[in-house]
Amino acid sequence: MRTSLAIAPRTRQDRALGVVLRSSALLAASLIFLVLLFVVFEARGALATPGFGAFFTDPSWHPVDDGTGSEYGVLPMLAATLATTFGALLIATPLGIGAGVFNALVAPAPFALLHRSLVEILAGIPSVVYGLWGLVVLVPWIGGVSHSGQGLLAASIVLSLMLLPTITLSTEAALLAVPKEQLQAAAALGLGPIARARLVAVPAARRGIVAGLVLATGRAVGETMAVLMVAGNVVAWPRGLRDPLRTLTGNIALEMGYATESHRSALFVVGLVLMLCVALLVILAGLFGSGKNHSVSASGSAGR
Amino acid sequence: MRRESGLKALLWAISMGVCALLVWIVADLVSRGTGPISLEFLMAAPRDAGRAGGIGSLLVSTFWIVAVATGVALPIGFFSAVLLAEDTHSRMSRAVRSCLDMLNAVPSIVFGLFGNALFCVALGMGYSILSGGLTLSCMILPILIRTMEQSLRAVPKEQRFAASALGLSDVTTLFRVLLPPASSGMAVGLILGVGRALSETAALIFTAGYVTRFPDNLLDSGRSLSVHIFDLAMNVPGADERAYASALVLVVILFVINSCVRLAARHFQARLAT
Repeated sequence: MRTSLAIAPRTRQDRALGVVLRSSALLAASLIFLVLLFVVFEARGALATPGFGAFFTDPSWHPVDDGTGSEYGVLPMLAATLATTFGALLIATPLGIGAGVFNALVAPAPFALLHRSLVEILAGIPSVVYGLWGLVVLVPWIGGVSHSGQGLLAASIVLSLMLLPTITLSTEAALLAVPKEQLQAAAALGLGPIARARLVAVPAARRGIVAGLVLATGRAVGETMAVLMVAGNVVAWPRGLRDPLRTLTGNIALEMGYATESHRSALFVVGLVLMLCVALLVILAGLFGSGKNHSVSASGSAGR
Repeated sequence: MRRESGLKALLWAISMGVCALLVWIVADLVSRGTGPISLEFLMAAPRDAGRAGGIGSLLVSTFWIVAVATGVALPIGFFSAVLLAEDTHSRMSRAVRSCLDMLNAVPSIVFGLFGNALFCVALGMGYSILSGGLTLSCMILPILIRTMEQSLRAVPKEQRFAASALGLSDVTTLFRVLLPPASSGMAVGLILGVGRALSETAALIFTAGYVTRFPDNLLDSGRSLSVHIFDLAMNVPGADERAYASALVLVVILFVINSCVRLAARHFQARLAT
């Protein structure tokens, strides 16, 4: 018995359809390899002469040779990426999970609907707008009189705003997927809404919540604009909350415009390092199992 | 019991805080951004690096970038989604799905690097609307395929059995039986892709470029609205107000688009229910 298309074609048109379907899917699937191929190909110069190791052993980042030789150390920028990501997660995780639990289990129905639409609006605001808000409102407020205000704290806060909807929506989706019977059984035992959330729903939805957190981490590592606009962009190890730093993504965005030859090639290596970080996270996400429903709920407005 | 009510109060406080934050950001955007907005602002090209003039040319460039991105991604995405939905568990579908998951995880700035290397340099398109649009089409493909696949899979199995029992060909089954009920779900995917393309900045800086003139054709460089906001905020002193006005226009466009998504999604569910 035939239950799906393109498996046992009947007419010539069907065969043509099968070819079109397969070749489109192959083309779509090959894009990731094309991206990898081109990034590695453009990075080949820098991978050959200073070598991949130099990017982790050189003390600082001076890719343009001004007579004293070039240096390609990306570790301070990698540390900055990790620091802003960690800072953002520190702020967004409790707020996001709290808001998700509230929405799925505690809030009265009309309020939950309103709250969800607000979170979806938050998810729909582009990163460059968050960056603008951070630059004009947040940075002067953090800086006061003595500092510029651009730095780790500002970057973490702006980034956390972007992660908040992702975490909230994926937490909520995971909680709503918990079987109703379990919650009803808990209610029959006399547990209130908070106890039901704490003892039944959250433990049952743990995998989905963690998967949402991993997704948010990937976003934070890959985000460019929002961080670029408020981080101060000085290549430095993260020290104080108000000291400026530059992330891997920001480094590419800042220098790509004027980079040539070995410098350009070095920036593609930075892109490779970024992809490695994200690949690690994808593998991690795979370990936490089903990636079925969170990508749509996290994209903001797919609707239910 | 006291702990219970304490936690409940905490959750209320958190969600109220999140709402207040959104209201703050939107209010800030509206209060600073409405000043410069006028018909002339929406029609004219920027002058004096964006301190004067409008955003008309940027709206045109943005439109064409998004049009190229969706125009290229839509057919490829549609046919891929049909394969994934109809041939769900085959080895090929599973491999394609994991490739798309990986593509979805690639940071947008890396798409910028890739687009610059492939479209601008290797294919010789230079900084152009075409390069930018093609780069974005690669970027939005995973979300497009994912949503379209889900909407096709939501069509009840019985309809497929019925089509099969009638001896309909695959082409007829696809376009006459599966597509009509799935169409509004597909629209959701398309609009999500448009939304993502509109909000993107990092992938466009070195592919579509910085030029603020009205573009003559697709091989002209054209600055998107998002890149304009970035440039005004970072590189042009004294243009904050205009950056805010541009941001307000972008957010309003995205808000309208997201409302369309919600309407289409509701329509889709209503259709499946009947």
